[in-house]
Amino acid sequence: MSLLDHSALELLALLQSNQVRAEQVVTESLSRIEQLDPPIGSFLHVNHDGALAAARDVDRRRHLGQPVGALAGLPVALKDLICTIDQPTTCASRMLANFRPPYDATVVARLRAADAILIGKTNLDEFAMGSSTESSALQRTRNPWNRDHVPGGSSGGSAACIASDLVPLALGTDTGGSIRQPAAFCGITGLKPTYGRVSRYGLIAFASSLDQIGPMCRSAADAALLLQATAGHDRHDSTSADVEVPDYLKAIAQPISGLRIGILRQQLDSDVDPEIHRAVTEATYVLKSLGALCQDIDLPHSQYGVATYYVIAPCEASSNLARYDGVHYGFRATQLTAAELTASESADLESEGPLVRMYRRTRETGFGAEVKRRIMLGTYALSAGYYDAYYLKAQRVRRLIRQDFDRAYQQVDALLGPVTPTPAFRFGEKSQDPLSMYLGDLFTVSANLAGLPGLSIPCGITVQGLPIGLHLQGPSFAEPTLLRLAHAFQQATDWHARRPPTS
Amino acid sequence: MTPPPTSTPPPVGAVRPYTVIVGLEVHVQLATHTKLFCRCPVKFGAPPNTQTCPVCIGLPGALPVLNETAYYLSVVTALALNCEIPAYTKWDRKNYYYPDLPKGYQISQFDLPMSCNGWLDLSDAQGRCSNRRIRIIRAHLEEDAGKSMHDEIAGRADTRIDLNRTGTPLLEIVSQPDLRSSAEAKAYLTELKLLLTYLGVSDCNMQEGSLRVDANVNLHIPVGSGTPEEIIETPIVEIKNMNSFRAVERALDFEVDRQYREWQATGKQKGEMPKQTRGWDDIHEVTKPQRSKEESSDYRYFPDPDLVPVTTTTDQLEAIRSTLKELPAALRLRLITDYGVTPYDADVIVNQGRTLADYFLAVADQCGDGKQACNWVTQEVLRSMKEGNLTIESFPIPSLELGRLIQSVQAGKLPRSRAKEVFGVMLEQILDLDTTLSRLGIQAVDSGALTDLGRELLAANPKVVADVQAGKEQAIGALVGQAKKSNPNVDPGVMRQILLDLIRQSAG
Ligand SMILES: [Zn+2]
Repeated sequence: MSLLDHSALELLALLQSNQVRAEQVVTESLSRIEQLDPPIGSFLHVNHDGALAAARDVDRRRHLGQPVGALAGLPVALKDLICTIDQPTTCASRMLANFRPPYDATVVARLRAADAILIGKTNLDEFAMGSSTESSALQRTRNPWNRDHVPGGSSGGSAACIASDLVPLALGTDTGGSIRQPAAFCGITGLKPTYGRVSRYGLIAFASSLDQIGPMCRSAADAALLLQATAGHDRHDSTSADVEVPDYLKAIAQPISGLRIGILRQQLDSDVDPEIHRAVTEATYVLKSLGALCQDIDLPHSQYGVATYYVIAPCEASSNLARYDGVHYGFRATQLTAAELTASESADLESEGPLVRMYRRTRETGFGAEVKRRIMLGTYALSAGYYDAYYLKAQRVRRLIRQDFDRAYQQVDALLGPVTPTPAFRFGEKSQDPLSMYLGDLFTVSANLAGLPGLSIPCGITVQGLPIGLHLQGPSFAEPTLLRLAHAFQQATDWHARRPPTS
Repeated sequence: MTPPPTSTPPPVGAVRPYTVIVGLEVHVQLATHTKLFCRCPVKFGAPPNTQTCPVCIGLPGALPVLNETAYYLSVVTALALNCEIPAYTKWDRKNYYYPDLPKGYQISQFDLPMSCNGWLDLSDAQGRCSNRRIRIIRAHLEEDAGKSMHDEIAGRADTRIDLNRTGTPLLEIVSQPDLRSSAEAKAYLTELKLLLTYLGVSDCNMQEGSLRVDANVNLHIPVGSGTPEEIIETPIVEIKNMNSFRAVERALDFEVDRQYREWQATGKQKGEMPKQTRGWDDIHEVTKPQRSKEESSDYRYFPDPDLVPVTTTTDQLEAIRSTLKELPAALRLRLITDYGVTPYDADVIVNQGRTLADYFLAVADQCGDGKQACNWVTQEVLRSMKEGNLTIESFPIPSLELGRLIQSVQAGKLPRSRAKEVFGVMLEQILDLDTTLSRLGIQAVDSGALTDLGRELLAANPKVVADVQAGKEQAIGALVGQAKKSNPNVDPGVMRQILLDLIRQSAG
């Protein structure tokens, strides 16, 4: 029995009633990371001393009867593209391998204000570009349920550390499914909030109009707790929503009877793994039995979601990643001596000059293949003569996708479907075939394109022993509805309580 | 393809056989305390890289937030330039690589600028150019880049980057190619700068880079004898690096001649070569080809997803319009119609800036005579300012005192002949009017006393009376001199008239 078998809410109650000290919780978390993480590889950086010091400070203040924050003493892991002033922030890229931001992201500042313990930084696909965490330039992360399989991505490290009970709470980011898909692959609960619900200030941008930070936890209740502490308007982020933050924990306690759920029949009946089809269908029976009203519904334009996404996201990325040029910070390629240059490089040197050559070599060696692929895609799509055919057209389709949702939410309160067409795949299975990797995002990208919330919760396990995710989506700022449905489901089932086999 | 012309260049002084086509892009630094998308100060001259933050140095994860004041100042300017302000404007990224551009893109405005389709009237009564309406294509807001300092450490081929300036708000005002000479270009810039300073939206300091000008210039050369006459356009050249209006004027003059000579030599027309950028070399007074620092001409503009579009309602615009300060052109008109000032003098006063114009207005309102006020301000005040190297802000004679001085002359309390002397003493010794008058012993002399004095003088000088009656009116001058000797406050003109009147009366 580990302290970390408890949910975040249970731990919080133990801490608040002085039955455990923050230092015990953090020590337990650190020792589990030390013992269990090496074969999994979720963490890129463990904030050992800082976390212990912060925990002792919480204990001291609690002992003195001084006020403490809403998450006082709870360890939280951060996907390593959220800026922390006291820890490296690498984006799992060579480009930022030694980068230490001089400032905290707004979510980090809010977590510190809530006295959460920032326990470390988790692995991801390089700059969050990927669906398996295989594109991390720094480390491989394995799926705790089967180490031959990927944890999903790009928030693979955060998903794996939650699934392994290393920490109770983690933050991920979701640009096209990067919270929900690894949550599904690792059998945990992951919420992508409405665009603008959580500040992006200090989140290193992949695709600014799609990126959103969200909680990754073991249950919807814990997700509600973490969302509560991080959501809200931020004047440093012009795109953050000035919309009141509801009481999520209060919301989840409401019964779901009478809530109308639209079943995304087309997604379910498409080329989805039969075990996923069965698990998702069974989940609808559970929700129906709890009083939810189900009907089939269609999002006709969502079939264009992947194509649209893979224009818009690379376009924005090509510009967002232009700053990594070796001039001001981060990686800079060393200049080769004349003898080390290939003949063609010598010729290039003649024509391009030392500055352009430094740019080229830095970006050539600093970025991995997937990042370079997307930068090239985006640069191409934004180029004169192609802009209208790609970027502009994609923006038009994006509006159509949003309209599909708006129409659907006139009829129902939430949409239900599978998170992914398949369970977690094996390493290398898709990394050589980018298109098949991209197509795996089919069910998740539309929510990002429409800026709407989506939630993934475990709803089954395949015969092979891999988790299956249930996708719940809702209209703008419907996080309370989604969490309420998820919580009701988790009260009625125990899929979220299943643990990977210990090896 | 037109063959190179065989004609020789026209002799110096001959009418130029072409029309000069100039359009100007003016970058104005708006007078905000902080940068366009962060809260860093924009004070000039701070040590390098001390006015920076994660946003303006483009650190990963940092996000821009619009400075509302900068947007407000740009709306004020655009309204004053008679621009349309669309209800919706957005921000775009202009992507290019350069070390002083830390994000790898500049936040600017591409296809939906915050204003468009305006104009600026040139009405130069001083005769430097004709009355012209110069159309303005657009004015848009953008952030400045940093500063690259090349080779500033002796013996090291380093470039150092100062990012203090990065993110400074600039309003780029783009004119139509409506300017037809370097003199017109200068007049446009002068009027634009005047307007900006009247509005208070910029300090327009060219040395500190708060006003920068790029010029696009080419020539329209009529060829052949057909009707309508066939026009050849020379390739457009963009001139950069001009750091004074005088430099703009000279660079344009040089470039016009250079283009004409080049056309004669090569016959190259617009479209036959890419747009060229040339830099003005102020020392050698030539333009030189410049490699554009923005290597690529494809900036891959797209809407900045980190910023939200700005919407402006008609009500908001009207509210801003109603607070607009009086513009130079309106003030000139007011001086002419309400104060009886000549167009030439109105130009002189208004072009000195709002403070001098206010000084004039106060003088004129005090003395009630616009023409006299104008004479004093455009002659004595401006001359004294120039000689003493003074600004109107530091001018020792307050406008009300000068107004009272003029009033005293009009009321006969101060002899016209001594008014400049009084002005001089007030200026030198920084005294008010009353103190100056009493120090100089100037008192009003009433006309009864003057008539008595005249009778005495005429009685004592019958020869003068006879001379005058014989038609030698100038003989009276001797008596005027005697009158001044007996009382220095005597106004010679007034005295002369009294004496002549007395002689006429006695004769009648
Ligand atoms: Zn700044």
